[in-house]
Amino acid sequence: MGDAEIIPIGTRGRPGRGTGRAPSAAARALAKPKSGPAPEPVEDAPTATPADLPQDAGVAAAAPAAPAAAEAPAYAPASTHDRGPLRHIPLAEWQAALDIAAREIFGEQWEPQLARFLAFLRRRVTGDYVVDEYGFDAELTQRFLVSLLRPIAHKWFRIEVRGLENVPTDGGALVVSNHSGTLPMDGLMTMVMLNDLTGRSLRPLGADLVFRLPIVGSLARKGGATLACSEDAERMLRGGELVGVWPEGFKGIGKPYSERYKLQRFGRGGFVSSALRTGVPIVPLSVVGAEEIYPLVGNIPALAKALGVPYLPITPFFPLLGPLGAIPLPSKWLMEFGEPIRTDEYDASAAEDPMLVFNVTDQVRETIQQTLYSLLMQRQSVFR
Amino acid sequence: MIGVDVVPPGGDIGGMSFVRADIRNPVIAKVIAKEDVDTVVHLSIISTPLAGGGRSMMKELNVIGTMQLLAACQKSATVKTLVVKSTAHVYGASSRDPAMFTETSETRRAGGGYAKDVAEIEGYVRGFARRRPDVCVTTLRCANVIGPKVHSPMTSYLRLPLIPRRLGYDPRLQFLHEHDLYGALGHVLRSEVAGTFNLAGEGVMPLSQVVRRLQRPTLPVPSFGLGLLKSAHVAQVSPELRALLTFGRGIDTTRTREVLGFEPTYSTAAALDDFAQDLVPTGGRVERAIASLEAQLPSARAQRTLQESLDG
Repeated sequence: MGDAEIIPIGTRGRPGRGTGRAPSAAARALAKPKSGPAPEPVEDAPTATPADLPQDAGVAAAAPAAPAAAEAPAYAPASTHDRGPLRHIPLAEWQAALDIAAREIFGEQWEPQLARFLAFLRRRVTGDYVVDEYGFDAELTQRFLVSLLRPIAHKWFRIEVRGLENVPTDGGALVVSNHSGTLPMDGLMTMVMLNDLTGRSLRPLGADLVFRLPIVGSLARKGGATLACSEDAERMLRGGELVGVWPEGFKGIGKPYSERYKLQRFGRGGFVSSALRTGVPIVPLSVVGAEEIYPLVGNIPALAKALGVPYLPITPFFPLLGPLGAIPLPSKWLMEFGEPIRTDEYDASAAEDPMLVFNVTDQVRETIQQTLYSLLMQRQSVFR
Repeated sequence: MIGVDVVPPGGDIGGMSFVRADIRNPVIAKVIAKEDVDTVVHLSIISTPLAGGGRSMMKELNVIGTMQLLAACQKSATVKTLVVKSTAHVYGASSRDPAMFTETSETRRAGGGYAKDVAEIEGYVRGFARRRPDVCVTTLRCANVIGPKVHSPMTSYLRLPLIPRRLGYDPRLQFLHEHDLYGALGHVLRSEVAGTFNLAGEGVMPLSQVVRRLQRPTLPVPSFGLGLLKSAHVAQVSPELRALLTFGRGIDTTRTREVLGFEPTYSTAAALDDFAQDLVPTGGRVERAIASLEAQLPSARAQRTLQESLDG
């Protein structure tokens, strides 16, 4: 590229569109004026540019030559060989300039940082990382998923977390939460907040629909989720993980806006049996604010059935504004972890006692519902 | 020690004698009766239709062959041990599966030819174990066996220069090194522990990581794309392999380690690395680009200059 011959417009041959007759007015203006004063802006611009060039590290070799060539006498072929400003700058100075630029942008520690990032990139590309048996990719989740969602949690929803001391610092525990918001944003936000405030990864249990969907399913597994079945739940709890469950399921997440903050049925209480069998505490979690992010005002059941999804939402902005409707409303979120419900006092056969399971399920449900009401009282308005 | 097959072995078989017989006819019973066989190792479950045969032929070989073999074993008074090499395909692969299958997980969900055959075979083997409680019957459900010399649908798929994968899915896979399969068979014969056991290398690996380790480029294709491979005679991707390559599967080997007392020497990653040794990488451009970029960093350059000045 460096030795390319540059021919400024209107310097060779007859200007015009090739009719062979009179050149067009535009072509005449571009060509070197035969008489009269030259237009001022054309003269000014090229003289200013070469002066800036040494600082501008990223400009390619051919670019600076172009304005310079405009000043050249007409009809003489110009090349960058004889008068490119690049020729006078040694390679070492280019490197020094790059160093300074990098330091300006990324700070003093730019080099180890870049080296670390490249090493990370290389590890990913060569497959030199470990996923656990559920497909949880801790590195990817930490560096990609959580960093992506963190600004949304802290800046967009301004999440306030209370009762964090109720989350065990180690060992298995089952976080049971209400579910709302059309899309499972509350689950993602709980993951981010628990990761930031306690350093523990929440392992969500998801419906089989999640794992049937392409992209969503594989991302969910990489993010630490697994299927909501008793085998996986008990396996994770025995492994000492912090497991998150949303027993309302699609009934909760896809309920109309008019029914906001009314807890739906808590499934069959399978999560309680799992906790009883493994003897881990149940931590009730109430999330306020997620109901308002996508107010669900309608549903298209026929189309949802055709697509194989439980509901197809209509919100005030979706599908009216298309993809813009997918931006959640910036409601103010409150999260409160309630006092853990201990299950280790029951003996092993307790999980087989349906009455006990129903009682504990109701206890968890009532706790979450009462906390939701009290949090709603404390909130000034939806967005503050 | 007697080997039975329809085709004679190609290489040196050591101190083993060989009988050329078809498992589907009663000759097998004569072999067992005449040679006073005390241990039967059933490895003859084929996973893909033979070139000449087709699905009905495959089913006949698998199911009728096993029935013949079991009938012969039942009549024999000398047989003390029966080992059946089964497969983890018997669990199937779907979005409704638990992350890790244990030996007690139900196997009825298995669809497709091979998996269905194996489910039926296991049923007959269980029946045999009930009728002959004096015989030690061990079933090994193996994950996909790989190794430099293994030819199976999975290895031929992984040997493709451009690996097609289902768009939007990243299945979890487990591998078993061929040496570990032999080791496990030997261990079962020595220890004589009856029961069904899952056999797989430690750890699971998503397909995306597998192809990165093999340094192979991939091509995301829609669901029918994997089926097209078969019609194009590129690789045999059976329905159960297609399900595995979409949803993935994990099998839990706790019972194998604790009850059977066998632990594979190769983990899933190590088995894959051994498999990759003979493979010529067809990708890896991005890695080389990153490596060259790393070498361009000032600290790396300074280190190199220092090294050169020390050397010279």
